[in-house]
Amino acid sequence: MKSVLSRLLMLVVLVALLLSACAPAATPAPTQAPEKPLRVAIVMPSSITDMAFSQGMYEAWVKVQQEMGGPSKLEIAYSENMFKVPDAAAAIRDYASQGYDIVIAHGSQYGTSLAQIAPEFPNTTFAWGTTTDTFADQGIKNVFAYNPAAEQGGYVLGTIAALMSKTGVLGVCGPVEAGDAKTYVDGFKYGAEQARPGVKVQVTYTGSFSDVSLMAAAAETHIAAGADMLTGSSQSVVGAIGVAKEKGAKWFGQQWDQTSLAPDIVVANQVYDYTGIIKDMIAKRKAGTLGGVAYTLTLENGGLTIKYNDRVPVPPEIKAKADEVIKGIIDGTIKPLP
Amino acid sequence: MPQRSEIKRILNQVFEAILPIMAVPVALIIGALILLLLRANPGVAFSALVQGAVGSTFSVTQTLVKATPLLLVGLGITIAFRGGVINIGGEGQIIVGALSATALALSFSQWPGVVLLPLCLLVGTLSGALWGAVPGVLKARLGVNEILSTIMMNAIALQLSNYLLRGPMIDPAEIEAGTRIAQSALLPRQVWLPRLVPQTLLHAGSILAVVMAILVYIFLWRTTIGYRIRAVGLNPRAARYAGIPVPIYQALAITLGGAFAGLAGAVEVMGVQRRMLEGLSGGYGFSGIVAALFGNLHPLGTVPASVLFGGLLVGADKMQRAVQVPSAFVDTLMGLIVLFVVSSRIWAVRRARRRETYE
Amino acid sequence: MNDLFTIPVILGIIYSGLRLATPYLYASIGEAFVQNSGVYNLGVDGIMLMGAFSGFYVGMKTGNLWWGLLAAMGVGLLMGLLMAVVSVTLKAEQGISGIGLYMFGLGLSSLLFKKTMTGVESISGFQPVRIPLLGNIPYLGDVLFNHNLLVYGAFLLVPLASFILYKTPFGLMIRAVGQNPQAADTLGINVDRIRYITVSLGGMLAGIAGASLSISLINLFQENMTSGMGFIAIALVYFGSWRPWGIMGGALLFSFVNALQLWLQVLGVNFPYDFAVMLPYAMTILALAISVRRAAMPDALGKPFERGEF
Repeated sequence: MKSVLSRLLMLVVLVALLLSACAPAATPAPTQAPEKPLRVAIVMPSSITDMAFSQGMYEAWVKVQQEMGGPSKLEIAYSENMFKVPDAAAAIRDYASQGYDIVIAHGSQYGTSLAQIAPEFPNTTFAWGTTTDTFADQGIKNVFAYNPAAEQGGYVLGTIAALMSKTGVLGVCGPVEAGDAKTYVDGFKYGAEQARPGVKVQVTYTGSFSDVSLMAAAAETHIAAGADMLTGSSQSVVGAIGVAKEKGAKWFGQQWDQTSLAPDIVVANQVYDYTGIIKDMIAKRKAGTLGGVAYTLTLENGGLTIKYNDRVPVPPEIKAKADEVIKGIIDGTIKPLP
Repeated sequence: MPQRSEIKRILNQVFEAILPIMAVPVALIIGALILLLLRANPGVAFSALVQGAVGSTFSVTQTLVKATPLLLVGLGITIAFRGGVINIGGEGQIIVGALSATALALSFSQWPGVVLLPLCLLVGTLSGALWGAVPGVLKARLGVNEILSTIMMNAIALQLSNYLLRGPMIDPAEIEAGTRIAQSALLPRQVWLPRLVPQTLLHAGSILAVVMAILVYIFLWRTTIGYRIRAVGLNPRAARYAGIPVPIYQALAITLGGAFAGLAGAVEVMGVQRRMLEGLSGGYGFSGIVAALFGNLHPLGTVPASVLFGGLLVGADKMQRAVQVPSAFVDTLMGLIVLFVVSSRIWAVRRARRRETYE
Repeated sequence: MNDLFTIPVILGIIYSGLRLATPYLYASIGEAFVQNSGVYNLGVDGIMLMGAFSGFYVGMKTGNLWWGLLAAMGVGLLMGLLMAVVSVTLKAEQGISGIGLYMFGLGLSSLLFKKTMTGVESISGFQPVRIPLLGNIPYLGDVLFNHNLLVYGAFLLVPLASFILYKTPFGLMIRAVGQNPQAADTLGINVDRIRYITVSLGGMLAGIAGASLSISLINLFQENMTSGMGFIAIALVYFGSWRPWGIMGGALLFSFVNALQLWLQVLGVNFPYDFAVMLPYAMTILALAISVRRAAMPDALGKPFERGEF
């Protein structure tokens, strides 16, 4: 018995020693910089290297950080893979209570929690998306909302794909028919059908945002069924891109520039560019407005951009048609959804 | 000397109870080494872990919020394991329980809370039980292995949820706004489980879970059905000779397991989220298994075990924020902790055996 | 619906089905060795992820896919060895240690990915090899005999594993240890050693399963890219009643139905796709329910072996 107790004690002491040994001198003394950096925290449902939803937001902040002059001007903290909502809610609250100036809840599933947290931190700016709801109707004034009008770029890419296709068959590899995946797919399909009546747009969903293997099989199926132009949404499309590359089908990227994965087959991408709204939020915050604006990322305001890949040339007449479509969407003569 | 052996017995029990906790620091030491490799300060990291779990009122409540579904699922796992069946279907059962509680609350949103709230909990429980009964019956009647069927039932529940949340049950506001997020409308206020501490997520479901733990204890050790479930799990052959219809009790065990996971789903939706959305099950179906086994498959042991495990999960997230390591580090650390804790049990078993040979 | 029974569709289903089945076959047959010796390892998915990462990383850095494959095998073996230490020597509860191993593998593979690479990259994986003569058979040659080596390997593994388990003394020992370790022990079989071998072998095969995704089928690594395939692989072992041929039947059923449901979607069959996605899972349960056979579960499955325990 004695030996057990002593062993137990020893272990406890050892661990205590170890912990205290590497504990820092309390909290690191806050070195007063001449100008306090703006502090932002991002909470995201997937990884910052997902080539899609989360990476788009993270990299936008990094870009703004560079423009502003580095970490001394803008400090970025992030929590990734927060697909469990209660964990995300805890992170959002924790960042706010640590005094972060701006907290981004980058997932529409975080909304209910955010509506409960935001009123407790009236001096913090929150932003969440994808949504159009700033909770203004609940009397909350410090929440921005953002929503990509994914159907717009979808329509443009659908137009290009339909006109470039030799077989007249397009394949869409969707994850779950919801959110911007749905609006993108609907826009793509509609755009293709408008540009080339009679074109066949095959749509599959795998029922998962992460099943890379099934996504690859979906791309195989599309190609076997005659599709030569493919697109898709979510982080799992990397599987489909791999197959397209192997079989020589062309790919259209969504959410993020996916060219680097397959430089020989990616034709164009719809890229979400949050830098515009980020800068606007920062400016608004400086001017004393902490929220209340619902941003929509559109082709018009530069929140959505169509990024071509120079290595896969698009025939000039098709590119001209795409430009025309973009113009039409911007001036409202083309409605990207049926 | 009877008194002395009594003390010895108690000390032994105490030792066995704290042994799993002792293994945690060993895992943390390895975690510290990984942190050093990641160029993060382990001291800062681990003090953040402790702080994140119990450092403030909010973090304590957060730990308890996390522990609640773990406990409920763990209770179901405990019953199933005690009956000799392995229920890996917790995820699916949670989803189904949450879905049906949501559907009921939204369809009868005019009903008063005193009726609707308990009814939602009940329906959540029953549908979880139903989702557990399918593998149960398949096993009892057709000999389909429950590990196979529960894994498959998880995938089916997930797709069912995807379908309902993007179609029939989607929040009308999502269609109106064109954002089409797969989530239900907010539940009517009268079915929200009351919050125990203002400005936290701690809800009455936590108390319910503890009450359930006591009930499960009474059920397993003080009722005939409970006794038979344990007998079936302990030695099916002997149970059969004793005239217990083994397949029926195995099916019952897995059904009850499903019931508790279903209740966990309903509680999660009514207490925390207040609407059904994707990812609500949050891996509790799996981590509940860990909590149950940490608790020695004893309903009362599962209570502290789920608090401990919940605290670790909450603290680890805080650690991720404090030293900004990739979230994957948390998974790695959790895996190590589970491996070490489960391995440490050999010493307890050895001691127990040595004692038996002495006596 | 009539479009479904055309030659291109059927050929497409076969082709995709064989590819989808490949990782499951490696992982499930590995797990069959493990379970036949009386241990079950729920950590397959974690090992697959580690195999996928190490195979991809080493393959990319050395520019030689064979080194990648070897690395995946080695890492899988080490993960299996870790499981063996925990479950055989330390006699830990196997279900929970498997879940621990899964979390560890899931975390570590992502952590290594984050630390060594800047983002998702793709490589050129094993190229398809057309088998002479057979590959020239009209229609079938393309879908059956024009795959890459890891796909062929998965299907060659089936008869090999069946032979080892049922026709060699080593296989007999594995099954004896799984059925009745006490009796095996009295016959002079070293129970722990056999279990060490099978659990490590199972780990190695799970490592290959992961590599088959990252360097032969999808040719990139992404965090959690298996997304639970390892758990399906375990379910398939039960489906196949611990026999390699039965497992292959299960893996093919699951994969063909998966390929089929994608075709249903592509052909625009008018019902919610969610139910199509459910199909392989439901079919697997159904197939097992209607085939009236009692599973021959190894008696000692999941029970640690203690000498002199009767």
